[in-house]
Amino acid sequence: MTRIRVGVDIGGTFTDVALDHPGGLSTYKVLTDTDRPAAATLKGIRSVAESSGIKLSDIEQVIHGTTLVTNSLIERRGARTAFITTRGFRDVIEMRSENRFEQYDIGLKLPIPLVPRKHRFTARERIGPDGEVLLPLEKAEADRMAARVAGGGFESVAIGFLHSYANESHEIMMERALKKAAPRMSVSRSSAVSPQMRELPRFNTVVANAYVRPRIAEYLEELSQLFRNAGVKAPILIIHSGGGLISLRTAARNPVRLLESGPAGGAIFAAGLARAHGIGGAVSFDMGGTTAKICLVENGAPKTAATFEVARTYRFKRGSGMVISAPVVEMVEIGAGGGSVATVDSIGRMKVGPRSAGSEPGPACYMRGGTEPTVTDANLVLGKLDPNGFSGGAIPLDTKLSIEAIETRLGSTSGLTVQEAAFAVSEMVDENMSNAARAHAIENGRDLSIFTIIAFGGGAPLHACRLAEKLGISRIIVPPGAGVGSAIGFLRAPFSYEAARGQFQRMDDFNPGAVNAALESMESEARSFVEEGAGDTRTFTRLVAHMRYSGQGWEIPVRLGFRKFEDAHRSAIIEAFEKSYSELFGRTIENLPVEITNWSLTVSTDIPPVDRVRRRAKTMRIAAAGKRDIREAAGRRSVSASEFHRRDLAPGHLIDGPAIIVEDETSTIVTSAFAAEIQEDASILIERKDASK
Amino acid sequence: MNPTAIDFQIMWNRLIAVVEEQAATLVRTAFSTSVREAGDLSAGMFDRKCRMLAQAVTGTPGHVNAMAESVAHFEREIGPRNIFDGDVYITNDPWMGTGHLHDVTMVTPVFWNGGHIGFFACTAHVVDIGGRGFGPDAHEVFEEGLQIPICKFAERGSVDSLLLKMVRANVRTPNQTVGDMYSLAACNEAGARRLKEMLNEFEISDISDLADYIVEASRIATLDAISKVPDGTYRNRMRVDGYDRPVEMEIRIDVEGEELSADFSGTSGTSSLGVNVPEVYTRAYACYALKCAIAPDVPNNAGALAPFRITAPEGCILAAKRPAPVSIRHVLGHFIPDVVLGALYFALPGKVPAEGASALWNIQMSARAADPDSKLPAREILMFNSGGTGARPDSDGLSATAFPSGVSTMSVEATEQVGPITVWRKELRQDSGGAGEHRGGLGQIVEIEPRNGYEFWFNAMFDRVDNPARGRDGGEPGRAGVVELADGTKLRSKGRQLVKNGQRLRLSLPGGGGLGSPGNRDPAAINHDVDGEYISLEEAKRGYGFKP
Repeated sequence: MTRIRVGVDIGGTFTDVALDHPGGLSTYKVLTDTDRPAAATLKGIRSVAESSGIKLSDIEQVIHGTTLVTNSLIERRGARTAFITTRGFRDVIEMRSENRFEQYDIGLKLPIPLVPRKHRFTARERIGPDGEVLLPLEKAEADRMAARVAGGGFESVAIGFLHSYANESHEIMMERALKKAAPRMSVSRSSAVSPQMRELPRFNTVVANAYVRPRIAEYLEELSQLFRNAGVKAPILIIHSGGGLISLRTAARNPVRLLESGPAGGAIFAAGLARAHGIGGAVSFDMGGTTAKICLVENGAPKTAATFEVARTYRFKRGSGMVISAPVVEMVEIGAGGGSVATVDSIGRMKVGPRSAGSEPGPACYMRGGTEPTVTDANLVLGKLDPNGFSGGAIPLDTKLSIEAIETRLGSTSGLTVQEAAFAVSEMVDENMSNAARAHAIENGRDLSIFTIIAFGGGAPLHACRLAEKLGISRIIVPPGAGVGSAIGFLRAPFSYEAARGQFQRMDDFNPGAVNAALESMESEARSFVEEGAGDTRTFTRLVAHMRYSGQGWEIPVRLGFRKFEDAHRSAIIEAFEKSYSELFGRTIENLPVEITNWSLTVSTDIPPVDRVRRRAKTMRIAAAGKRDIREAAGRRSVSASEFHRRDLAPGHLIDGPAIIVEDETSTIVTSAFAAEIQEDASILIERKDASK
Repeated sequence: MNPTAIDFQIMWNRLIAVVEEQAATLVRTAFSTSVREAGDLSAGMFDRKCRMLAQAVTGTPGHVNAMAESVAHFEREIGPRNIFDGDVYITNDPWMGTGHLHDVTMVTPVFWNGGHIGFFACTAHVVDIGGRGFGPDAHEVFEEGLQIPICKFAERGSVDSLLLKMVRANVRTPNQTVGDMYSLAACNEAGARRLKEMLNEFEISDISDLADYIVEASRIATLDAISKVPDGTYRNRMRVDGYDRPVEMEIRIDVEGEELSADFSGTSGTSSLGVNVPEVYTRAYACYALKCAIAPDVPNNAGALAPFRITAPEGCILAAKRPAPVSIRHVLGHFIPDVVLGALYFALPGKVPAEGASALWNIQMSARAADPDSKLPAREILMFNSGGTGARPDSDGLSATAFPSGVSTMSVEATEQVGPITVWRKELRQDSGGAGEHRGGLGQIVEIEPRNGYEFWFNAMFDRVDNPARGRDGGEPGRAGVVELADGTKLRSKGRQLVKNGQRLRLSLPGGGGLGSPGNRDPAAINHDVDGEYISLEEAKRGYGFKP
């Protein structure tokens, strides 16, 4: 079934459009218009539709992802928001974890809460851990709070009471009082947005939701107006951080679920490729100008998590941001990109990133006034980039400026020659990325050496082979269209919604009745959101229990079959936990009780099928377009690499490393240890010479 | 392959990544709350000469030097000729490990190409080690639990079953305590595996050149940083509440060129209770403070630590002798940075914060059925709470944030799931930060009540009740701590006390000292404080002459 569908990803710099139509896949890239993002989105769709001969009214589905929510949080451009919480707990979002994320920095600055203290109000009420009412919320108290907030000039309000995941009645009462006192007020309550145990992430999540909601709702409304007026009849669907689709209406109510929508698109893109190429375990590697993102993809689906951190104030430092509990494609992001700046520290060590020269002024070689050496400068000096072929020649690069930046900023302090220093920069950034990937794999109990790298984004194809060498990985895929991967990924996303809920269960005191009741309501919640977009399309349900040994503080996700539980299932649940525990940590611990803290349940439509890419039986070599010297890290030597243009290559073409495959958006480096073969879908498959069949 | 300076730097990075991973795995598998929430653990890599090459930055600076010194003790006790591939060593000796019996340190030798090239070591605080349990009430270390001398946990891959039996028989939580020991051993093993992968990748047969590079580069960088500290002798003295009587802590720091020495002569003598500190732990916290102020960027290793010469006269409370009890050595240990920084202030004015609450206000509650016939099960609950830090030269102190310790607090909801208590209040304590151009961080107020049918005992170990954090440069002191019931009944700040069913315990945690004259505070900052009720109008008028 070929339907006409369009994916649009509004990123920080670019807005990407991918149109799937009977004639194939067309893509388009325009600069993001931060003042009028909706108009830029329409403009993008219009140009790609025109060039493909498609009428706007023929489009059957629009799938949209955006970084606007994240930006609104980072740039603090949200609504004037009040927070109503339990008396005695006014400062949960300010006190955070009471720790410092930098041990040796006396001048450490902690992130400032989204809602200042003077806008945080406390109500006399208290629920206990089992949902019991310890102190009832009197109606008069709720009305008094509502009146105070209604008269305070707020656009939006968040409600977060202790243990509301176990009993939402007080929050609902407060919500009703607010609706009465201020009917137009945007109200978010924690028991609806993220009903999970642990007050800090839950409060952060509801506050963030309230803070961004009015702006995002306005934006989505404007977008759908604009589209309607332009003749687009198709419904607009939104991609959420977990990598699934939801309706515009659901998105407007729960914008906190959109925080990672763009990166999620990238991960689905990689997952689609993994399915097409029959890859069981893949690591998606997306390297752009500022950061590198790494995500594990297993059995065709990206790995997801229940919490994540946004708006880090110390570049990429764990702990310096806001922990949000919302389902998300789990991604490690580090400050390693083409624009990452290299410095020599006080001990004479080469450091790369996390600071980035961004696109303005950009790397020194961009000739826009940048004087600091970056990864791109190093790649240029090492011969991995063609100074005249960058961005298809649109951005000419000046090697002299790169040399100068490296010489003055790095060479003089480190005592290295320009070539050596450039090599040190590229080797250090590769080391940083491979360390991050390895740590992420170890945290998940995975051995990367049997994984395949899927490399996309401007920088990844340049660095993927070296990464593979460092990680002991034998296979890499460099897909076509890698510059707009997220937008393409959107087209391959299922409808899905994950409901999560805190419900504490000690397995030696397992209460199937309570569990079944909770799961049933979660299932119908998730289903209603999915049906809103997908109608009665076939779905499946996935259940995960977050479990630990009693006494531990970290839960691990344990996949369980979705069913009505009975007492007799207890041992099977414990067994499933032990299996997951031992997968992660290599052992189990005897004689210790096991408990469940939170549940998450996902209803999803089937993942759209992909065409399986088969390898050609026959391959052939092709003559190189030229030769170029590049410096290779593995052997610490210069080699003469054959140069090819990707547009000249066809399925079945075989290229031995060392080679460079040049295209407009990037270059793929194939090191001496690897060989490349062009696949039916125009992907470049790179394999270790000694490992290929 | 002949490694270049760049290769050494990359391998150095890799070693740091390896020990960080080791530490992260320990945090996720450990059973003790303090490992999990406080990062009360450590992981490090050593060369054959027992020089530490890399160490994870964890929540507890107290492990910095302690761990660095421990491996040499292991090598000496085991004997170089008794070290085999597949061995794992263990101890919890407070004087050779990290300061108290609850910390178990395990060391694993690494072999490569048939030769012994180095060690991996890690330490974690276990849930229970027997004895009286975690608390200050013992009079000798013998009462504080099982002592495991340096010995082999495993020889050539086979675990000593007698040792395990001894441990199991002597602790209240055999599964968790032994489970943690296996976790520690597994962590070392994982580290060793990663190291070998690296040696393979770089095609080197030994790490001695790498070790020299790391140690030398760090030593030079540290010496260089020290040489920027003006020469001179700098002193400081600080009094804290102590357990049974006030404790005077005194320091003298001498700086001459690249040499820095610190000595704690003049400090009070040993206590009869378990608040004493082994010298190794004193060195760790002193070194942490010195590094924060002088060389924060140099990674921890033998070369970075060696230039700081730190001593305390044997028998003082900061260099307690065996068999002094040392179970809660962290309480006084947490004050050492205040003492060190107070002296450094004279050398580096404008770089040093005011004093803070510093010692954590951790509370361990033993919840028991108020009516023994009710058969309600006993429960143990641990909470971490932090007061305010001292104002910094360029900014206010941090409110309700741990320093020097790096602990995290735990979720109130999670705590209430585990134990029968209700936390009625946990929020910032108005007016508790010392006034100043930069205000001290606020403490917090915590109110706890035993839930239905329960009462609880708690062991008070709260300091800065009689001796609040002092300000600097004209800044005022922070508010002192208060321990009481919610009805205002005063409780003792030290010792075991009961909170009955229906009563509410109220802890008001100390604030940090202010820095600079309050008259110089930016009026916008005063307005912000009043607006957010960080300070009351009265305090604004009193402290800053504020006119609304």
